[in-house]
Amino acid sequence: MDAIFLQILNGLDKGGAYALIALGLTLVFGTLGVVNFAHGAIFMIGAFCAVTMEKILTLSVKVKDTSVTFFDAYKETPYLELWFGKTGSAIIDWVVPISIVVSIPVMLGLGILMERSLIRFFYKRSHAEQILVTFGLAIVLQELVKSFFGANPIPVSAPDIVAGSAAIGSWIGLGDAVVYPWWRLIYLLFSVVIISAVFSFLNFTTWGMVVRAGMADRATVELLGIDIERRFTIVFGLAAVVAGLAGVMYTPVLPPDYHQGMDFLVLSFVVVVVGGMGSLRGAVAAGFLLGILQSFSSMTEVKSIIPGIDQIIIYLVAVIILLTRPRGLMGRRGVMES
Amino acid sequence: MSNTQIATPRQDLIYMVVLSAVVLTMPLWLQPFGAAYPDLMQKFMIFGIFAVGYNILFGLTGYLSFGHAAFLGVGSYTAVWSFKLLSMNVLPAIIFAVVLSGLFAWLIGFVSLRRSGIYFSILTLAFAQMSYNLAYSVLTPITNGETGLQLAQADPRVLDRMAGIEATSGLPMTNLFGLEGTGYTGFYICAVILIVSFFIALRIFHSPFGMKLRAIKSNQTRMSYTGYNTRPYLLTAFIISGMYAGLAGALLAMTDPLAGAERMQWTASGEVVLMTIFGGAGTLIGPLLGAGLIKYLENIFSAFNDTVLHNAFSFLPDWLNNILTAIISPFVGEGWHLLLGIVFMLLVIFLPGGLMEGYGKISRMIRERRQKPANGASSDKQHSTEEA
Repeated sequence: MDAIFLQILNGLDKGGAYALIALGLTLVFGTLGVVNFAHGAIFMIGAFCAVTMEKILTLSVKVKDTSVTFFDAYKETPYLELWFGKTGSAIIDWVVPISIVVSIPVMLGLGILMERSLIRFFYKRSHAEQILVTFGLAIVLQELVKSFFGANPIPVSAPDIVAGSAAIGSWIGLGDAVVYPWWRLIYLLFSVVIISAVFSFLNFTTWGMVVRAGMADRATVELLGIDIERRFTIVFGLAAVVAGLAGVMYTPVLPPDYHQGMDFLVLSFVVVVVGGMGSLRGAVAAGFLLGILQSFSSMTEVKSIIPGIDQIIIYLVAVIILLTRPRGLMGRRGVMES
Repeated sequence: MSNTQIATPRQDLIYMVVLSAVVLTMPLWLQPFGAAYPDLMQKFMIFGIFAVGYNILFGLTGYLSFGHAAFLGVGSYTAVWSFKLLSMNVLPAIIFAVVLSGLFAWLIGFVSLRRSGIYFSILTLAFAQMSYNLAYSVLTPITNGETGLQLAQADPRVLDRMAGIEATSGLPMTNLFGLEGTGYTGFYICAVILIVSFFIALRIFHSPFGMKLRAIKSNQTRMSYTGYNTRPYLLTAFIISGMYAGLAGALLAMTDPLAGAERMQWTASGEVVLMTIFGGAGTLIGPLLGAGLIKYLENIFSAFNDTVLHNAFSFLPDWLNNILTAIISPFVGEGWHLLLGIVFMLLVIFLPGGLMEGYGKISRMIRERRQKPANGASSDKQHSTEEA
C-alpha cells in the first residue's frame, strides 16, 4: 500500500512536467495548426532562465578571507551578500522562485518572437515541413544554449526551507516510512495551479472564449471582425510561458543540460498523441497517466516480471492507443484521424 | 519535374556510367578539397547509401519517418555479431544485416503504416526510441550496453576457424575475400556497393512501382479510389529503405567494428532526414549530394578552432581578425551543429526542395537569360512604355 501510494506520487510530479509541456503543444496545435518540435527547446530555455538568474545573482568578487591568518587567502563572495548581508544570501537562496517571475515576460517575448518571425510563415505548409523547420529551430536553440553554458548539466538548488522531505505518510496515516521531497510536492501543486489557470483563462474569460471559438471555426470568428491571428500569436506566447515555467520549476529536480528539451519533447509528443491531438484535457490527463504508469513500471517487482518495461512503457502505450483508438483518449472524432 | 518522366534505358546507362566514374575517381578529385582520405570517403559512401534508401520512402511517398536510425543500428549490431560468431568476411555480415533489418522494418512498418502524416512520424519515433532504450538497458547481453559491441580475440568465428584462419595475437581485420575492409580497399568496397544500390534505387524510381509510390505522395485518397490498396506498396517501400539502412549499418561496422546504441538515437534519424532534405527529397542524386556535403562540411568545420581561424584571417589587421574570429568561432568546432541547424532552417524556409531545387531554379534562370536576346526587343519596348 505504502509503495503504491509512493509510486503514484512519484509519477504525478513527472506527469506534471509532461502535462505542462503537452498542454502547450496542444494549445499551439489546436489554435495555429502547427506541429511544434521546438517546444521542448522552450522548456529547456525556461530551465536555463533559472541558471542564468543564478549566475547573475551570484556574480562574485574575490574578498580577503579574514579567518585564515597564516597566508593571504581569498574567497568568492557574491556582490549581493556584500551589499545586503543576510538579505542578499536569502535572495540567492530563493533564486528559483525569483526566476519564475522573471521568466514569464522573457518566455512570453520569446514565444511571440518565434511565432512572428518564423512559425507564421508555416501555417499553410504541410505538417512535414512544419516538423522539419521547428526541428531545425530546436537544434539551433539547443546549440546556442550549449555554446553559452557548455554541455554539462548545471545544478540549481531550491530554497533551503523546502530542502528536506515531507513526512507525507504521517499526514494521512500511512506510517512514517512514506516521505516525499518537498520540492517535488511543490512541483506537483505548481503544475496543477498552472493547468487550472490555463483552463480557467480559456473557459471563464471572454478572451479565452474567443480563442476557443477560433479553434473551433476560425473563418467565422474572422468574419465577425475579430483579429484572431493576433490572439493566436498571444496563445503561442502563452504556451511558451507554460513550457518555460515547467522548465524553471524542474531545475531543482533535474539539473538542466542543453539536450534536456529534446528528451522531454519526444515524450510529450507521445503524451499529446495518447491524450488526443487537439484535446487540452486529454493532454493533461495523459500526461499524469503516463507519468504514473512510468513510475509503476520502474518498480522492481514489475521489472522482475517484464524486464526493461520501464524503458518502453510510454512508447508501448502510445503504439497501442494509436492502433486501437487513433484519435487518442479524449480526442474529437475526425481530428487527425486517418 | 523532369524526374517524373520515365527515362529511357540509354539515359539510365549514361547516368550510371557518369556516376560510377565520379564516385570511383573520388580519391583523385577530392584531393584539392582536402577530403581524399579513406575514412571520410567511406563515410560519404555509407551515409550516401543510407540517404538514398531513406529517400525511397520519404522522397517518393512523402512519409516522414523519424526512426530510421533503428535499422542502421540493427544492421551494425548484426554485422558485428556475424564478425564475432561466423567470419571476419564482410559478405555474410552484409547479408545477415540486410535480411535482419528488413525483417525489423517489416515489423515496424506493419504497425506504423496503419497511420499517416504526423502520426506515422511519431509512431516510427516511438519505435526507434524503444529500440534505443532497450539496447541500452535490457538487451545489454546482445548489445553490450553503453560500451558498445566490440570484437574480442577469443571470439569463435566458426567459419574462419574451419577455413584454417587461426586467431592471431591482435584483433583480426574485416575483409572481403582478402580485401581489407578499411583504408582505400574499404572505400572501394563501399563505393561499389553504393553504385549497385544507387542503380537499384534508380530502377525503383523509374519503375511502375515507383510511379505508384509517387501517386501515394500526391494523392493517396484518389489512389485508393482507383482501386489500389496503398498499404502493401508503402510497406514494400518502408522495408526497402530499412534494408538500405541496415546495409549502411553493416558497412559502418565493416570500417570500424564497433556498434554502439547511440547510432539508434532519434537525433541520428534526424541526421538522415537532414541529409535527404538538404540534397533534395524525391530526386535521385539529391540525397547522395546531401549526405556527402553534410559529412564533408562536418569534417571541415568541426576541425576548426580559434587558432585555425586566427591563421585563416591572418592577412587582416589584428582587431578585425579578432572580431571575425569571435563571431565565427561559435559556429565551428564544437558548435558546428549550430551552423547546420541554421542552414537547414533557411533551406526549409526558402528552398524546401533542397539543393536540387536550387540547381533547377538557377539553371532555369540561365536558360531564360539566354532566350532573352531573341525576344528582348519586345520586352524592352514594354519596359519603356511602363516607364513612360
